[in-house]
Amino acid sequence: MTDQAIAPAQTDSIENAIDNLKAQFPGVVTDDTRSGFSGVIVDSKKLLEVASYVRDQLGFDYLSSATAVDYLGEGESGSDMEMVYHAYRISGGGALTFKAQTPRDNAEIPSLIDVWPGVDFQEREAYDLYGIRFAGHPNLKRILMWDGFEGHPMRKDWQEAYYEEEHKPFGSRWPKGHVHRVEEMNAYGKNVKYPADFDLGRLSDTSEAELYAGLGLGVDVQELSGDNLRTDRLVVNMGPHHPSTHGVFRMIITLDGETIETLEPVMGYLHRNHEKIGERNTFIQNMPFTDRLDYISSMGNNLGYALAVEQLMSTGARYEPPNYRVEVIRVLMTELTRIVNHLWSLGFLLNDLGAFFTPMLYANNEREKILDFFEAAAGSRLMCNYMRFGGVFKDVPERIRSVKNLVNDKIRDYDTMEFLTEIINERLPRFLDEYNYYLSENEIVKSRCIGVGVLPPEMAVAYSTAGPLLRASGVPYDVRRAEPYSIYPELDFDVPVGQNGDLYDRFVVRMQEMRESLRILRQLLPRLEETKGMKVTSDFPYAGRVPVGESYGRVENPKGELGYYVVSAGDSKGTQNPWRYHVRAPSFINLTVLGQMCKGHKVADVVAILGSIDIVLGETDR
Amino acid sequence: MYGRGILRGLGVTLKHFVNTYVDDLRYGFKKYSKDNFEIRQGMKAQGSFTVQYPDEKLAVPERFRFTPFLVTNDLDSEEDPGKDWCTSCGICAKVCPPQCIWIVRGTDPDTGRPVPEPEAFYIDIDICMNCGYCAEFCPFDAIKMDHNYEMASYDRTTAHIHDKPTLQRELSYWKKIAPTTAYEEMELRGGWEHTDVIKARAKAEKATAKAEAEAAKSTTSDKSADVDPEVAKAERLAKREAALARKREREESGE
Repeated sequence: MTDQAIAPAQTDSIENAIDNLKAQFPGVVTDDTRSGFSGVIVDSKKLLEVASYVRDQLGFDYLSSATAVDYLGEGESGSDMEMVYHAYRISGGGALTFKAQTPRDNAEIPSLIDVWPGVDFQEREAYDLYGIRFAGHPNLKRILMWDGFEGHPMRKDWQEAYYEEEHKPFGSRWPKGHVHRVEEMNAYGKNVKYPADFDLGRLSDTSEAELYAGLGLGVDVQELSGDNLRTDRLVVNMGPHHPSTHGVFRMIITLDGETIETLEPVMGYLHRNHEKIGERNTFIQNMPFTDRLDYISSMGNNLGYALAVEQLMSTGARYEPPNYRVEVIRVLMTELTRIVNHLWSLGFLLNDLGAFFTPMLYANNEREKILDFFEAAAGSRLMCNYMRFGGVFKDVPERIRSVKNLVNDKIRDYDTMEFLTEIINERLPRFLDEYNYYLSENEIVKSRCIGVGVLPPEMAVAYSTAGPLLRASGVPYDVRRAEPYSIYPELDFDVPVGQNGDLYDRFVVRMQEMRESLRILRQLLPRLEETKGMKVTSDFPYAGRVPVGESYGRVENPKGELGYYVVSAGDSKGTQNPWRYHVRAPSFINLTVLGQMCKGHKVADVVAILGSIDIVLGETDR
Repeated sequence: MYGRGILRGLGVTLKHFVNTYVDDLRYGFKKYSKDNFEIRQGMKAQGSFTVQYPDEKLAVPERFRFTPFLVTNDLDSEEDPGKDWCTSCGICAKVCPPQCIWIVRGTDPDTGRPVPEPEAFYIDIDICMNCGYCAEFCPFDAIKMDHNYEMASYDRTTAHIHDKPTLQRELSYWKKIAPTTAYEEMELRGGWEHTDVIKARAKAEKATAKAEAEAAKSTTSDKSADVDPEVAKAERLAKREAALARKREREESGE
């Protein structure tokens, strides 16, 4: 089964693939010659053919990211809008980056949904935020903004309500920073845009009716069912406020009897246009914002962004790559984060399956200890903001200690190495054994999980799923192995893979991943001792400039592949603010396949299937 | 046998349940008193570990960051008691990711020129995202992250924009909540005083030392007369050229 899914291993390099592509499509595929950019530009009329060739002949079967960029005033006029695609081979290796350009007015690019179905939500996002129409997309409508929204907020000429300046830092803060609140500054909402014919008195929301019409209501089901049993098609609206959705997430489900026919996720309730904020920010100001994406695993988010910017910085002069201790600390933090995240997600998966809170609280007990360490090292339990470009915030402290300003001052006064050794060698393995004994053979867990929400490997790859979801389907794809970063090449660990791609496999894969993380952490402890005393802080200045170019930094986050597409453009000396800051959010893209996985199951299973994808709405909605 | 997994699972929960009471017995049912808080919360803790907030509170580690405060001289210090360490250079306001810091730079009322003191300093606590960049990038150690996390109030419009008097804390407060960090910073600065005070003192000391040395020199032998004034001038010029070249290099590399 897996043989079909994975294209024959292609060994030729990216350069050869690009040469091959240019030879095959002369005049259509040209090199991207802009300074600091790589990959090829494809004539958007032939995009579909080129994409099919890239997938079938060159073997780039996994489309990691598809995103738009608006080069207003920077690119050649007439081709200011650009779609950027990053395709990878499941067997590993670097990205083939190809781009398609279109003018800003009536922007249109052919949809790649027939080549890579996983591009579905990403194209809808580009349509929503940039206003690019995708010819051939079957369900092209807004995904993050609401349907009555005016304009496309990621376009460079769009300004948000309470718009102040194009870039931070704002001039009003210093030296004449007379404080005021934004709502005072703009009491009557002068710069809030409404559609031209907007009139509150005549406002009638048709979006819900359109949504329901698309779900096949009004079809005579009795006629379809054929026999005498009368069944009705029924719409069940789950969420946005439903405890099982782990946030504000909505699913519209059409049922035939009790069986799910279609399921459509509706999201964007937590949307805050993270990427627009990111473009207003300076490079370093984005770091604490990345914490707020997947707030369970902020250390991993930090690392991905740091890698992307370091890639850009490495093209400039006077760049020193992070030293060995920095890498050790980064891997230590991200692997602890993986354990934190999986404890959390397994706890909640069990919660969704009906084991109300007991397994979750057992898991949380151990999670607390790791968060204590994060708090002592970074200053915060969840919003760590720990990584810097070329370093980290501060070295891990000598002692995990509290200050003597409260009655209980000895509780967390441990030597850090002793504390870590105790956690890694004693507490967590003991806990994992117990958790495994407690749940893995439980008949209720098994009967609820085995054979439910099956995701075949070929579908998992085509839909661009990532992380444990992809690996549970039998695809051994892990960014730490496929395109190693940091010190992962020298570390000894396995990539756990499932066989059936059902809920139980995802449960087991996550359990095993925690054990592999512990294995990595055990190898890190001596390295941490050896490198003691090396400088780990970063020299990046508060208003540092980053050389022009593009970069795509990706890490294997606990929830899947987290990528940052960062473009620095606009000033040949380098810029303070990113021109484009895109987050390839694993939670968001993994949801593309939710509807397919739920087909034919019962409503109660939807809750479990959603729990097994392990989403965080902060990252989904961005 | 069907049902074994469930029984095993129930066994685990039963073990946890019983262990809680066994642990209670071990401490003679005084496990929940304040004296035994350490046992309940420590690394070897078993059984129930709930912290009865707000009756009990976990101490926060030194690096814990909540909202920023401004460091001033101690009120009982000999020189300039209560003087702000902030020089209103504006770096914190520029690096602040949500832009919640507002500074009015001080000006001399006579000359109208800027003085290194903030006339007003506001932080909108509602907007602050507790990232700690202001404290990290402040070159004068004048802004630090507070540990006080109990800031709820009934009215956000009047209470949540903190002005300078609300933000000011003495240096001794920082030494109390973060002793090791404060000590490390002191070592980097070279003393417990403000960087400018230390620099001024070092300069003064250097000047007096120089004066003394020159006085000593002039009494023994007049060596300076031996140096050719032309050579000295050439040396000065060469030094200046080198410094300018370094500066240009720095600018070109984009800082």
